[in-house]
Amino acid sequence: MVLDFPVEGEDFLAAGEASSSVKDTLKMLGVPSSICRRAAIITYEAEMNLVIHAGGGMLRARIDEEKVVLVTEDQGPGIADIDQAMREGYSTASDQVREMGFGAGMGLPNIKRNADRLDIESTVGQGTILTASIYFVGEPQPSA
Amino acid sequence: MKVQEIGAILEGEFLCGGEWAENMDVDFGYAADLMSDVLAFARAGSMLITGLTNIQIVRTAQMMDIPAVVFVRGKRPQEDTVRLAAQSRIPLLVTMKSMYETSGVLFAAGLPACIIPHREAGGEEH
Repeated sequence: MVLDFPVEGEDFLAAGEASSSVKDTLKMLGVPSSICRRAAIITYEAEMNLVIHAGGGMLRARIDEEKVVLVTEDQGPGIADIDQAMREGYSTASDQVREMGFGAGMGLPNIKRNADRLDIESTVGQGTILTASIYFVGEPQPSA
Repeated sequence: MKVQEIGAILEGEFLCGGEWAENMDVDFGYAADLMSDVLAFARAGSMLITGLTNIQIVRTAQMMDIPAVVFVRGKRPQEDTVRLAAQSRIPLLVTMKSMYETSGVLFAAGLPACIIPHREAGGEEH
């Protein structure tokens, strides 16, 4: 099953709708609640990144019998230094975003913590593709 | 602890979901004005205690399996926040107490904290 959601940049009212749909679908399919929750955290953090940083993009969830693969793709500014972006506390978010309670530099580390596999491809000036996978069985669970 | 009991302890007012609170349990409490922290550290089944009132608070609660939210310092959310919470069956409570007092009285009443895992400066857990 493949679910595709366009995500608008700077639309803070609608932000989270796509993630909510992904979580509902996983629940409906009978996926264990701990995995639904990890998938929801990843999609929501990634969706907020599209809204906050990328001027929008596409969120896709691919679900099969053994895993869920969550992909966000954007044509935003890209990430110059991925290692730096993976460190807690590093953020380039605006004051408006921080006033809403986001942009504390926790998003990418939190995605990594909840994913069994994470791959980020980014080119400055061209955009970013983030791919996070969660296996339903057979992969180590994160300790969070 | 029942959400209804929390409403009574905090002398709070339910903005929605008061009718479900009687049968709804929370197992932990987590207080923050940073949704980024909630997304990283709140456990499933936690009561969220916050001073932020935007709609993303309800989205965050949905994602994190947070059954109910209390707004401190008498802060009231806008209509769209309450509407989404009612649709999602997440009771919203408002109390005049500060975040410190709210957390303190609930902790004293037996609502446990979410334990933060130890992390190195780089964010790696142990």
